[in-house]
Amino acid sequence: MLKSKTFVKKTRSGGVMKVVREHYLRDDIWCGSEVCTECKQESTVLQEDACIESNLCSYPHYLVPDTNVVLHQIDVLEDPVIRNVIILQTVLQEVRHRSAPVYKRLKDIIHEKEKHFYTFTNEHHRETFIEREPGESANDRNDRAIRVAVKWYNNHLNTLKSGPGGLKVVLLTNDQGNKQKGQEEIEEYIKSLIANPELVDRLALSDDNKNEITSSKVLFPEHLPLSKIQAGIKSGSFLQGTFRASRDNYLEATVFVQGQGEDSTEILIQGLQNLNRSVHQDVVAVQLLPQNQWVSPSSVVLQDDGTAKDDNVDKDEEEKVLKLSAAEAARKPTGKVVGIIKRNWRPFCGMLNVSQIKESTRHLFTPADRRIPRIRIETRQAATLAGQRIMVAIDGWPKDSRYPNGHFVRSLGSAGEKGTEEEVLLLEHDVPHQAFSQAVLSFLPKMPWTITPEDMAKREDLRHLTVCSVDPPGCTDIDDALHCRELENGNLEVGVHIADVSHFIRPGNALDKEAANRGTTVYLCGKRIDMVPELLSSNLCSLRSNVERFAFSCIWEMNKKAEVLKTRFTKSVINSKASLTYAEAQMRIDDTSKNDDITESLRGLNKLAKILKRQRIENGALTLSSLEVRFHIDSETHDPIDLQTKELMETNSMVEEFMLLANISVAQKIYEEFPECALLRKHPAPPPSNYDILIKAAKSKKVEIHIDSAKALADSLDVAKVDGFAYFNTLLRILATRCMMQAVYFCSGMDSDFHHYGLASPIYTHFTSPIRRYADIIVHRLLAAAIAADSTYPDLMDKHKQSALCTNLNYRHKMSQYAQRASVAFHTQLFFKTRGILNEEGFVLFVRKNAIIVLIPKFGLEGTVFFDTKDKVPPSLVFDEEGPTLKVEQHTFHIFDQVKVTISLDSSNIQHQKIRMALTEPVIPDVSVPAPEAEPQAKKQKLDR
Amino acid sequence: MAGLELLSDQGYRLDGRKAAELRKVQARMGVFAQADGSAYLEQGNTKALAVVYGPHEMRGSRSRALHDRAVINCQYSMATFSTAERKRRPHGDRKSTEMSLHLKQTFEAAVMTQLFPRSQIDIYVKILQSDGGNYSVCVNAATLAVINAGIPMRDYVCACTVGFVDETPLADLCYAEESGGVSSLALALLPRGGQIALLQMDARLHQDHLESLIEAAMTACKGVSKVLDEVVRQHLQEASVLTRE
Repeated sequence: MLKSKTFVKKTRSGGVMKVVREHYLRDDIWCGSEVCTECKQESTVLQEDACIESNLCSYPHYLVPDTNVVLHQIDVLEDPVIRNVIILQTVLQEVRHRSAPVYKRLKDIIHEKEKHFYTFTNEHHRETFIEREPGESANDRNDRAIRVAVKWYNNHLNTLKSGPGGLKVVLLTNDQGNKQKGQEEIEEYIKSLIANPELVDRLALSDDNKNEITSSKVLFPEHLPLSKIQAGIKSGSFLQGTFRASRDNYLEATVFVQGQGEDSTEILIQGLQNLNRSVHQDVVAVQLLPQNQWVSPSSVVLQDDGTAKDDNVDKDEEEKVLKLSAAEAARKPTGKVVGIIKRNWRPFCGMLNVSQIKESTRHLFTPADRRIPRIRIETRQAATLAGQRIMVAIDGWPKDSRYPNGHFVRSLGSAGEKGTEEEVLLLEHDVPHQAFSQAVLSFLPKMPWTITPEDMAKREDLRHLTVCSVDPPGCTDIDDALHCRELENGNLEVGVHIADVSHFIRPGNALDKEAANRGTTVYLCGKRIDMVPELLSSNLCSLRSNVERFAFSCIWEMNKKAEVLKTRFTKSVINSKASLTYAEAQMRIDDTSKNDDITESLRGLNKLAKILKRQRIENGALTLSSLEVRFHIDSETHDPIDLQTKELMETNSMVEEFMLLANISVAQKIYEEFPECALLRKHPAPPPSNYDILIKAAKSKKVEIHIDSAKALADSLDVAKVDGFAYFNTLLRILATRCMMQAVYFCSGMDSDFHHYGLASPIYTHFTSPIRRYADIIVHRLLAAAIAADSTYPDLMDKHKQSALCTNLNYRHKMSQYAQRASVAFHTQLFFKTRGILNEEGFVLFVRKNAIIVLIPKFGLEGTVFFDTKDKVPPSLVFDEEGPTLKVEQHTFHIFDQVKVTISLDSSNIQHQKIRMALTEPVIPDVSVPAPEAEPQAKKQKLDR
Repeated sequence: MAGLELLSDQGYRLDGRKAAELRKVQARMGVFAQADGSAYLEQGNTKALAVVYGPHEMRGSRSRALHDRAVINCQYSMATFSTAERKRRPHGDRKSTEMSLHLKQTFEAAVMTQLFPRSQIDIYVKILQSDGGNYSVCVNAATLAVINAGIPMRDYVCACTVGFVDETPLADLCYAEESGGVSSLALALLPRGGQIALLQMDARLHQDHLESLIEAAMTACKGVSKVLDEVVRQHLQEASVLTRE
């Protein structure tokens, strides 16, 4: 049957257009129930015995949620208890328009077999399609469509002769209109479910539930409706941007407004009223304040410690603290949030602050991420949840409530435990860390795996070469190996052999998709979240010694001056002769008595690497510094027992040089072959303003830093030395690292600037670690296609798809770095927990308005020393932005000042355990603390035994 | 906001069709008495009128005449009222010139022109309402008109567009699908022999997909040919009933 659908649409230019579309109605859409004999369906989704035990509906039934129920109660629908649900197409489409994340989750549920969710295409079914009546709103029509579909289902199931009978369809709704027509309300329904009390907590608060805690006083200005916002953005009176809350100060945030091309601005937002219920990462509309109200970002570190009880009392005071800080010169564009364009809420990890009133069911929840405001939730299991890490989702933020309202999603385990904390860390950084699914594992090669003659025929046999790998100790995923030998013509042949992961992971299968989603292997302290299953990462792909492995080799012919004469890429089979650690390799090179092939090869490589490095630095590559720490982990308890900063040896840089060379060679090759869709990596030059802090800091020590180019910066960093302050140079480099931009992956067809600033290379990519980075797998595939060793496939050649992939990879990369840092921080805390109070030397890295940030080189640890504690009268603080310096009583702190501090673990807040630092030297009366006695030392010895 | 979902997980398209299903095709032959042949064809909401004159002596410059076969002259145009926005479409704009050329090539492959040396066949096609697949609808309408004019052809020429979405070829695209950023392909087929009269695609598509796409297009064309055949037989029946009287 044919229907025509006519509607009018507003075009972008403001005109009104009539759109006519065909709408076919079918009679071959089946109901999807196992019971049904009438429908000629091939497979059924809905089970015959659809029993969710419920007081309200004692008969077997299928559930039909309406749009609002799906949108607001997706957490409940995700619960394994809820099965046999019919999702109507009307609902699916409405959800798709209204919330992309919920739509994604709903689709995930539908795909899950055990959940028995069936999508019924009611809009195209002959009997369930309805036309909009005159005067009926689109929403009302959809509601009616849902009711009609439910009615059809009930009739349909009733007429079955063979069925057991009594099978019904229940519409779940919160809508008053629908309810009056005799349907179930979700809240009542869930409450009626027997034996699932915890589900009630997962119910989102619905808006019509009046919140009794909130006072009648309206706290926030109303958000503007979307139409007004759009008009405002168009006329230029509002700006659209991403809201980024400040980590240090809950009353301050910036809105990042993406302009055309390069010019993007940041707008400062200060004060609760102006923040107007925005949550970190929301897309908001901002209105700029008149210039005379502009302020400068405060350097105060402020945390929301307000208790749950009296929300609005002391806030004004705190805001006053902010207002004082407006120094004329440093004022920044300041604005206020007038409306929310898109919420970006996700479930947040954190802990419950149990309300003082014992019987209360309303509690405040403090997220682990400081940028997220506290959330008020309702739960009956507060007693059990106290002291646990839980996940909470936000439902809404009414304008008369100080905090957003949310609901409990699930518990992760008790706080402070390593497993729980790791889980939190992974969840907060959105690291996919579930075990690999069966579908993924099914694409692994069958064991025992052997090299077949067909494989050999396609590959170059390089097993005779003296290849060896050099890696950090304990490394099981070896993705690179090297060799070097002298050719008859006196030149050197250098080979970099990279694990051929793309041989095992074929494009498009589940394994490939999973790897693409994970993007990178995440290394936490003592734990590795693999990107590919272990069989590949530590066995078949890993280039271990004395086994035959597939490799993708990049072979150069070089002369003794390390000039590349010839480059060749080939798929190969290698047999590594040794897997060395950096230290072992170094020992071999230094040990003059050793003259075997491996050692000779290493020496050759080392010699060339030194030349390469020199050339690279001459070209303006930067040598930056950041302190990396390594934990010695107790093999039984898995607690850290010692901490040391990573040492760098010559062999580290030897391996690095050749990896860089391979990456650059490959980048050139794939760009030459695929100018539209090569996956490359760039590192944009930072804007000059980024260097302000570095220049100021250096100036305080009478050292000048030039930032005109990477080369100038590298040179000025090299000569920057202060007598009697050996660590100064390293500190400067640490600061310089902070000024840099993030390096990112991109697709060559979508960008024109390829330069890699840090490496001073015009083109760069990642080729050398396919076991732990997905980008490298793509580069492998491109290179394989370029040398005709493999065929291309559609997605590889599609620059838009590739660009989307790059976005994911960049995101995963960033998140994995954050997760790694967070893991180090957590282990540092564990370490100090066992140590008691330590006394260490450090350097001032930054000066803030009420604090200094101190770096302890021994542990690579950074901490903040606050000067204004809550319970004490603050000392006189004078902050000078120009220095920047901070005068505390009589003493003035500059950047790079050497100080002594005590380090201890502050467990007063179990959620945010932190390293507390207190000043011992220089001695400032009433501010510094006395140095602890030698007792911790003794403790340390005891532990070391 | 999110663009249109061209193919749902359940395998239904925007208008409720499945991937390989065509739109409803309706046609009538012999709608004008003065022309030698004419046909009106609807494929969903795309409606076209085709009129054929000839074969007749060369008009205009005789120098264009070919000594061994007939010249086919095609003219494609769109009615001003054929789209949602009323637009003046002057004759000889680039798009219609190109379309005319494509039609000409298609029919040169199908019409047995060698039977009419030094003569000319005119095919005029007008889109009355446009909802995607203009080319193929024109070809299908013109085929009927040519048959109506009694000009011998090797076979029906049937055309269809196919698009490629989510690794699935979609047959007979409507306007919403065509404008949804789908790489589409138009194919004109002589169904009995499986010969391709014209294949046109101006989007990017990976080589691996091309074969499946052509395969789908050919199936769709064969589907169209079945409908056309029915229309022709129906028309003949009616005509023969009339003449017998």
